Amino acid sequence: MSSAAVNIELPQLQNPLMQYLRQDRIPHIWCPGCGIGTSLNAFIRALDEMQFDLNKLAVISGIGCTGRVAGYLNVDSFHTTHGRAIPFATGLKLGNPDLKVVVYSGDGDLFAIGGNHFIHAARRNMDLMVVCVNNFTYGMTGGQVAPTTPLGATQTTMPYGNFEPPFNLPYLADSCGAVYVARWTVYHVRQLTRAFKEGLSKKGFVFIEVLSPCPTLYSRRNRLGDGVEQLKYYKERSVVKNGADTREVGLTFQGDIVVGTFVNRERPTWLDAMNEHFSQRFGDRYQRYGVRHED
Amino acid sequence: MHADPKGVLTGLHFIDGDHAACEGAIAAGCRFAAGYPITPSTEVVERFAARIPLVGGVFIQMEDEIASSIAILGAAWAGHKVMTVTSGPGLSLMMEHIGYAAMTETPCVFVDVQRGGPSTGLPTLPAQADMMQVRWGSHGDYNIIALSPNSPQECFDLMIKAFNLAELYRTPVFFMMDEVVGHMTERVAIPRPEDIEVVPRRWTSRKPGEYKAYEPGEDLVPEMVKAGDGYRVHVTGLTHDERGYPAMNPQAQDKLVRRLVDKIRKNAHKLVDVRGENLEDADVVVISYGITSRIAAAAVEEARAAGLKVGHLRLVIVWPFPEQLVAELASRVKAFVVPELNLGQMVREVERVVAGRAQVVSVPHAGGTVHQVEDILAKILEVAK
Ligand SMILES: Cc1ncc(C[n+]2csc(CCOP(=O)(O)OP(=O)(O)O)c2C)c(N)n1
Ligand code: SF4
Repeated sequence: MSSAAVNIELPQLQNPLMQYLRQDRIPHIWCPGCGIGTSLNAFIRALDEMQFDLNKLAVISGIGCTGRVAGYLNVDSFHTTHGRAIPFATGLKLGNPDLKVVVYSGDGDLFAIGGNHFIHAARRNMDLMVVCVNNFTYGMTGGQVAPTTPLGATQTTMPYGNFEPPFNLPYLADSCGAVYVARWTVYHVRQLTRAFKEGLSKKGFVFIEVLSPCPTLYSRRNRLGDGVEQLKYYKERSVVKNGADTREVGLTFQGDIVVGTFVNRERPTWLDAMNEHFSQRFGDRYQRYGVRHED
Repeated sequence: MHADPKGVLTGLHFIDGDHAACEGAIAAGCRFAAGYPITPSTEVVERFAARIPLVGGVFIQMEDEIASSIAILGAAWAGHKVMTVTSGPGLSLMMEHIGYAAMTETPCVFVDVQRGGPSTGLPTLPAQADMMQVRWGSHGDYNIIALSPNSPQECFDLMIKAFNLAELYRTPVFFMMDEVVGHMTERVAIPRPEDIEVVPRRWTSRKPGEYKAYEPGEDLVPEMVKAGDGYRVHVTGLTHDERGYPAMNPQAQDKLVRRLVDKIRKNAHKLVDVRGENLEDADVVVISYGITSRIAAAAVEEARAAGLKVGHLRLVIVWPFPEQLVAELASRVKAFVVPELNLGQMVREVERVVAGRAQVVSVPHAGGTVHQVEDILAKILEVAK
């Protein structure tokens, strides 16, 4: 047996997906067992599999635990105000139509304070991909009732159980005109990654709902166990129904979860409609808007 | 840099202040506006919507003022010069994004065509009662710039200045019109593009990797980039360090907030824009701004015709308040008379700066119409005694 020393150059071992994160911002603020990071992992995988040009991507968040996503991604990223990620993203997208603009935020942010912006952006078919991490609660502020909290679930501001009916988010998005609507849970990482890829490739208003555990607040207050318990629930009670009628995918407390791609259709975006309309109105005098802006 | 000829309607026009303000914005290079209809400001965006398709830009009527006031900030980070246009109730809704613009140092112009308030107040009638709201309205410490035109011609000219200052200082700039200036029609001369000086965005010359988004230059203003240029910038309304990363500690707060205030405060001497008349020999000085300055000028003229030594100081830039100038006047005049279409807003600023060295009297007016010349004259006569 030779005892000669072998000099092997060991490659720097690093997760290839780390380049998608601002490494100088790690550790992140999320709790153990929180699903936000899992959803982000699927998003990054989608970018990686698509070899997405990160210089052409901007991620916008509102405020909340999910609202911190923008800040961890190594892309142009904007952490805006509570509920207003969509109108900021609208301005950014119209300002530079070359960018792929993704809104990544929580259910309270997008559908309580931001609900008005959501429905109008969907109606206009603004070319945005909106990702909603739905944990049925307001995580950042300590577990208050959200517009997505299932009937009967306990929250700090619904201490005797929630008596307000929640939104059925895919139905809301569908009825307002979104061109792509899907729901998955963070248990379904592969399907979620695929949905992100489809969403990133799709033009128009894309809505992806991601059900995600909040073990610290929602699960604890409702005695649902830890993050793993919630994943088991997602696994056991999820039913894949692609193309399901969105009217029938509403959620109940610990009940069945319909997941899948519910809507995938074509409709002119706001900007395409504007360009088309002005071209017809002004003929050659109109120059299509949307080439890159240099001042 | 000169104005882009495409946006400049050189020549003589007979238009109102709202339309002139829109032309000023386009001449200044504004190619993105978002707004929500509200009297008496709507004509500004109506004209913008009509003009912009052939100039090359976008107007979008958003679902409310909250959305409008942040859509423009998104467009600014895409590289545009931007504005939104509103009146009192809309301005109240925009407050959170005024703070966000201040915190993220996003160049933007807010046009406020003032009407009587509070609340829905007098939609079609004038006031100057938002003067303190634009200075202090959003929570936290920050500083802004505000201009106050008194004619359609100035709505054009000063709008260009408003955009230029937004770029220079990376701060929200308020264009404080009022219903009368907005709706009065007068002759407006629009110069040739080569005679219009526009300030470009202060783009960084550094490369990605060497660039820090919130590292200030000598004048305390950081250089800017836009999304899509490869800088991978992070922008947050949270207290942040020079990289733009959230920094939740008192040191970062102190450093950032002081700079946001100081970049205006320490440059305030450069920002003085006033029109003074007969100040040299004055015993009494009338301080006014906006539409009220036109009535004040008439009152001053009558007082001088009656042999009184009265001067007139008109504030074109209202914020930052010209402290040094007023303090200097305070050391040599007997009294200040401050007419405004509110029950006493800028007069408090005059009092603060004068600090008891001269008499300061307010000529309050609840709005709905402008002062009578006699109202102001009576006060001048009273203090000149
Ligand atoms: C105007 C305004 N109102 C309230 C808040 C406080 N706030 C911060 S996050 C949040 C709720 C976030 O909930 P959600 O969007 O569901 O996100 P999560 O934290 O669950 O990810 C609230 C109410 C705020 N920052 N701004
Ligand atoms: S509070 Fe809930 S949503 Fe927020 S990080 Fe913790 S587990 Fe996640």
